[in-house]
Amino acid sequence: MNRINQKMQQKNQATGAPGKLLSIYFTSGYPNLDDTVTIIQQLEKNGVDMVEIGLPFSDPLADGPTIQESSTVALKNGMTTEKLFEQLRGVRDLVSIPLIAMGYFNPMLQYGVEAFCKKCHEIGIDGIIMPDLPLDVYQEEYEAIFKKYGLINIFLITPQTSEERIREIDEASEGFIYMVSSASVTGSKSGFGTEQEAYFKRVASMNLKNPQIVGFGIKDAQTFQQATKTAKGGIIGSAFIKHLTEHGVASISDFIQRIR
Amino acid sequence: MKKEFIGGYHADQRGYYGEFGGAFIPEMLYPNVEELRQRYLEIMYEDSFQKEFHQLLKDYVGRPSPLYYAKRLSKKHQTKVYLKREDLNHTGAHKVNNTIGQILMAKKLGKTRIIAETGAGQHGVATATVCALMGMECIVYMGEIDIARQAPNVARMKMLGATVRPALSGSRTLKDATNEAIRDWINNPVDTHYIIGSAIGPHPYPDMVTRFQSVISEEIKWQLKEKEGRENPDYVVACIGGGSNAAGTYHHFLDQPEVGIIAVEAAGKGVETGESAATSALGKVGIIHGCKTMLMQTEDGQITEPYSISAGLDYPGVGPMHSHLYTSGRAAFYSATDDEAMTAGLELSQLEGIIPAIETGHAFAIFQHKTFEPDDIVVISLSGRGDKDLQTYIDYFKL
Ligand SMILES: Cc1ncc(COP(=O)(O)O)c(C=O)c1O
Repeated sequence: MNRINQKMQQKNQATGAPGKLLSIYFTSGYPNLDDTVTIIQQLEKNGVDMVEIGLPFSDPLADGPTIQESSTVALKNGMTTEKLFEQLRGVRDLVSIPLIAMGYFNPMLQYGVEAFCKKCHEIGIDGIIMPDLPLDVYQEEYEAIFKKYGLINIFLITPQTSEERIREIDEASEGFIYMVSSASVTGSKSGFGTEQEAYFKRVASMNLKNPQIVGFGIKDAQTFQQATKTAKGGIIGSAFIKHLTEHGVASISDFIQRIR
Repeated sequence: MKKEFIGGYHADQRGYYGEFGGAFIPEMLYPNVEELRQRYLEIMYEDSFQKEFHQLLKDYVGRPSPLYYAKRLSKKHQTKVYLKREDLNHTGAHKVNNTIGQILMAKKLGKTRIIAETGAGQHGVATATVCALMGMECIVYMGEIDIARQAPNVARMKMLGATVRPALSGSRTLKDATNEAIRDWINNPVDTHYIIGSAIGPHPYPDMVTRFQSVISEEIKWQLKEKEGRENPDYVVACIGGGSNAAGTYHHFLDQPEVGIIAVEAAGKGVETGESAATSALGKVGIIHGCKTMLMQTEDGQITEPYSISAGLDYPGVGPMHSHLYTSGRAAFYSATDDEAMTAGLELSQLEGIIPAIETGHAFAIFQHKTFEPDDIVVISLSGRGDKDLQTYIDYFKL
């Protein structure tokens, strides 16, 4: 079974109640080119449940200034898709939590979708998040390739996603649904209001087959708690990257411990 | 123009032109883009919409724009040159054909807030203009570099009541302004319509923009019939940034094989110099701003910073229709350097008394690359006037 699915079940068994998963996004190649594996190891050591390894892109449309900036620096540092795959070779000897590659579709397309998936499989990456690879194109052109290499493709929903489409996405999903907390790019909201809570509740009451993990806008213990009241877990990206910028890779444990 | 999807050189049902096009958008944009996709044709071809659109084009924009026989230019290049005078439109370029259409569309969709990207500022001005006309809030994203090199248009937008927000990321030009506009739309998914200014972006934008701009080729047909007794010229020529004036100029001729289609891109300092925006020569298939098309990128799939003296052509991609025209061989693609475009602009000024936009100067540089037959009829899209570029002309020619 894919490590993502295992993780989704494992917590339930361990706690007998919905345990809240903490997932962290970071941009590979940032702050320094070769920090990738160290960051992943530190995250696992500090109890993080899952990691999204960001592939930097020159034009990250869905990202706010923090992730944009980290991507620019990572590219300047010399990060490439090939470089990331090299860095990750052997990572499975070091960590066992689920690893997800997250990026934009163009670099994957240029690498070759099949070659990319094959590399992910060899490394032991469990899933992929490509926000600009839409559901219909995925199903028509790429699903068979993802499946062949045992990769779970994670889809997003937002407060504007219709109930009908949420059901369609739930049907197409395995692992979990990435629930974007609010109508916004990454890193731009301060706290969750009644609107978000209503949305979290609305989705929770749909009894979807896949658990939901909330991302965008979680930055501290309070927002993590709010976001995961009904959802299975939360993803932190921009706030973690800000922490890396200000305090460096050595202080990862400070950040994680403050979240839970 | 037909309501149905045509396919071939036109968009098919899913917004593809051959292998190019589609809608590669994050889920955050899906509700808006999907609503537009489902409704744009139905709305556009309502009688009341068509009536209002054409009325505004006539009384407000000043259409039909003249098709002018350029006698001295023809003599110089020993062929018959007609100029399609989009420069005489209100606001000074073809861009307004699209913004009139899209503001009416936005109203039908119940939107109250308009966003746009702009390079040369012509699309920004055209958007700010229709927003003033309709009393809608208008926010225009513009690269910081372009704000500096197109200052008169920035002032015009402000005077028209628009807010101009600088795009500070990347090359701080058109590509980055487009990124910022898309981020704004993600942040404001309910009340906002994004008026894209060229034949780019996710389906249905390239098709919708082309349909609004196709008034250009529709007019050329009857105007040429009046003047020459035939609807089809031997060639139509246009400059290409994202490709909206070109799409509008070509539209009714794409399925007429006897009409040669010519596209001129910006070579910047030269195709091989690393400072260029000649996408067909330098690009590869990829995804930019929500569509699959030819774009300039590194081997790793990072989008490259383009360069052109003209802000409106300083874009690393072309619309999907043009990628298909290029790869299918239906259109001949040329590129003109900064110097060639500036020289062509000066020539047009002095032979015909028309100062073109620098973007448009690229189309006129075709004469430096291709010789036409004496009895060829060549229609050139005079996409815009050069008022906004005076400072660049002054600096370049030391006027
Ligand atoms: C006068 C003029 N011509 C051409 C262009 C290029 O755009 P497109 O390729 O969409 O016609 C611009 C863009 O700003 C423009 O202002």
